[in-house]
Amino acid sequence: MARIIVITSGKGGVGKTTTSAAFAMGLAEHGHRTIVVDFDVGLRNLDLIMGCERRVVYDFVNVISGEANLSQALIKDKRNPNLFILPASQTRDKEALTLEGVGKVLTELAEDFEYVVCDSPAGIERGATLAMYYADDAIVVTNPEVSSVRDSDRMIGILSSKSRRAEQNLEGIREYLLVTRYSPERVEKGEMLALEDVREILSLDLIGVIPESQAVLNASNSGVPVILDRESSAGQAYSDMVSRYLGEDLPHRFLTIEKKGLLGRLFGG
Amino acid sequence: MALLDYFRLRKAKGSAAIAKERLQILVAHDRRAGGPTYLPQLKHDLLKVIQKYVAVDGDAVSVSVGKDGSQDILELNIILPD
Repeated sequence: MARIIVITSGKGGVGKTTTSAAFAMGLAEHGHRTIVVDFDVGLRNLDLIMGCERRVVYDFVNVISGEANLSQALIKDKRNPNLFILPASQTRDKEALTLEGVGKVLTELAEDFEYVVCDSPAGIERGATLAMYYADDAIVVTNPEVSSVRDSDRMIGILSSKSRRAEQNLEGIREYLLVTRYSPERVEKGEMLALEDVREILSLDLIGVIPESQAVLNASNSGVPVILDRESSAGQAYSDMVSRYLGEDLPHRFLTIEKKGLLGRLFGG
Repeated sequence: MALLDYFRLRKAKGSAAIAKERLQILVAHDRRAGGPTYLPQLKHDLLKVIQKYVAVDGDAVSVSVGKDGSQDILELNIILPD
């Protein structure tokens, strides 16, 4: 049986799609058959971040409405044979998603894949609530910033009450906190909420901290999930996060200011 | 001396400290407004305990929170089979 994981946040622009792409690629790299599904109907972007935007023929809504079957809509990643993408529709709106339709597609995907990663849209409207409804696990993406933390807290409340697991009295969704765009320099100066503050307020298990990094913009510019940029701190932090999700016990990295060595200081490395 | 304290205080209380304080108040307020978030889990746990002793359906337990004047009321309703 596949595990369904929703990547959610409430607030927009905190890194849900970046995380979905990196996380799905990471799972695939560990040898797991993985599908990443874009729930942002009307504003699809996952295909761009994954670098397969020119290969989209059919989409999620086409499959729900029966205009295409799953195998026609799935896009096989060119870098990793274990990874597939189901793009959202760009021309329809979120009302095209129905509880039954999404359930049917996810059930079908669960037969064929080990992990189904759902990239939630921002907000708490239909697309977002449907993305989390069938989830087994949730990764709550949060920036160390007031509006993002507040929205995440709201999302945690919704996760515990409006899901299949809550409605059927099953064990609750496993929720994890992922802090992104973390800047130890600004934390040191007292300008940014520290990791401990965010954890204390949200009280969730921390699955990773992604440092603020140029590599993220570079990766989306070129349509390559940032986890494949192995030199970058963000790529390494995502790779750690995937390993933690799969049960490895790794210490969190990139939480303190990197001290430049003598050579680095001399040459401005 | 007072001047020194001034600088020390400023350092200790950057904008992040203000953010944390505001968030703690706000989040506590938001959580109260939406009812406690532990309700679904409480319901789930209660049901498990009851099912240890009596064969009841999944919807036999209902939990709700209400208000009576200044008092918060936690209402539990368990339907036992005949």
